Amino acid sequence: MTASGIVFGEVNHTYRPMRGRPVLALDGVSLEVKEREFVALLGPSGCGKSTLLYLLGGFLPVESGSISVGGKPVVGPGPDRGIVFQNYSLFPWKTVKQNVLYGLEKQRMPKAEREKRAHELIELVHLNGFEDSFPSQLSGGMKQRVAIARTLAIEPETLLMDEPFGALDAQTRTLMHEELLAIMRRTPKTVVFVTHDVREAVYLADRVAVMTARPGRIKEIVDTRPPHGDRVNYINTPEFTAKVDYLWNLVRDEAIRAQEAHDA
Amino acid sequence: MTTTNNVFVRYLPLLLLAILWEIAPRLHFVDPSELPPLSAVAKAWWSLLLDGEGKTWLSPFLNGSLWTNGVSSFINWFFGLGGSILIGIALGVMMAWSRTVEDVASPLVKALYPMPKSALIPVMILWLGLGAGSKIASIGLSCLLPVILSAYNGARGVDQTLIWSAQACGANQREVLWEVILPGAMPDILAGIRNAIAISFIVLVASELLVGQRGLGYLISFLGEGGVYDAMFAVVITVSALGFFADRAYLYFMRRTLVWRE
Repeated sequence: MTASGIVFGEVNHTYRPMRGRPVLALDGVSLEVKEREFVALLGPSGCGKSTLLYLLGGFLPVESGSISVGGKPVVGPGPDRGIVFQNYSLFPWKTVKQNVLYGLEKQRMPKAEREKRAHELIELVHLNGFEDSFPSQLSGGMKQRVAIARTLAIEPETLLMDEPFGALDAQTRTLMHEELLAIMRRTPKTVVFVTHDVREAVYLADRVAVMTARPGRIKEIVDTRPPHGDRVNYINTPEFTAKVDYLWNLVRDEAIRAQEAHDA
Repeated sequence: MTTTNNVFVRYLPLLLLAILWEIAPRLHFVDPSELPPLSAVAKAWWSLLLDGEGKTWLSPFLNGSLWTNGVSSFINWFFGLGGSILIGIALGVMMAWSRTVEDVASPLVKALYPMPKSALIPVMILWLGLGAGSKIASIGLSCLLPVILSAYNGARGVDQTLIWSAQACGANQREVLWEVILPGAMPDILAGIRNAIAISFIVLVASELLVGQRGLGYLISFLGEGGVYDAMFAVVITVSALGFFADRAYLYFMRRTLVWRE
């Protein structure tokens, strides 16, 4: 197993709300993600895909089954696994630059080096000139670019993304897709990307793991790599459309089941 | 031009009140011995401010001037409010942080919250005597609850993903507490402190009115009992003005601190 390969082995997870009955969120999920592979977890809302990501991040305790990164079991959060959330989760009292610097400070990087690195990252996400702005002064897309810069700054081997572009408008989302792919070309990483957007999953990921409605299981894993390795023009090819159709049909049944379970 | 107009319009009611206060006693709409005209109050205020002694028949018995009483009130206020802010933030954040602390403290806080704050004063006098200690304790305990509750609510309201983001950057528990929870709770905490400031003035004056030989509250009751109403009103106005300016100054500080919110 390589340094940042991820193995989920028979992971179960039960939510125990303060009121009401416990809910089985994940039911025997097994999945391997190879080093530098981009895997999307695709499924209807409430299928437990975010839960799986939080378990991998070490934010929730693994109660049943096992999760390992680079052969080591996950026991808690760590700087080897960076995470980007849908709600950006920037420190609102810190400026753009202070947000990007945060992880570097935690890593005890020397000041001069820290400043240089923050500058590079802000440049990477095209936010030059906004260093001293507060998150409340930025648009959604800009906020998410800050969050990505903050996470990439400490060079995690694994990048966890929890519906990172779900709150953005369609045009911004497309631009962010292109930007993310460009960043991944420059600094390749193992990525686990949670989404309920089929096109997004096919466009970004090497493989897409489709999850069932609650309790979440892996229904099918689909290879979505572009046939000739050309991801930029992938979106205009019949292969792309075929993959999206195929995945949509898989997700559709689960989405309907999730809806029925919700209405019941 | 517009601004001048606005300022004028805004303070017009205050000005009308002042004029009414001057005219009504002079024309004997009200008894001037019960409500002296504003000019008399201003004169009494000036003499209290200058010296405090030798200006009225009561002065030889008066324990200090507006200044000395103001200073002793300030000390009670400062330590009472300051103590409640430090302890209140610590307790409130701990309640949000630890389930055990929450289980122990939450029922107490909820039971004590609706208690009239001034009811504490006689108890504190019984326990701590007539001096500054009972006053500081009364102010401190009265201001404690709004600070605790605001810190508790603020800390509980900090977004879970913000804490997780910090942890994924390598922050430990202590760093999460100081660098995420505390600043995240700050808007609520600052609002709670503003309430505490308002309460602190009420309890400060009330505790000094009740018993004591020092402070602005003592001055009000002493002058009132001696029938020197112009001087008494002067002290009442002084306390109101101090409360008003303390709130304004605090509001300015709060806006400066929370500049990151839009």
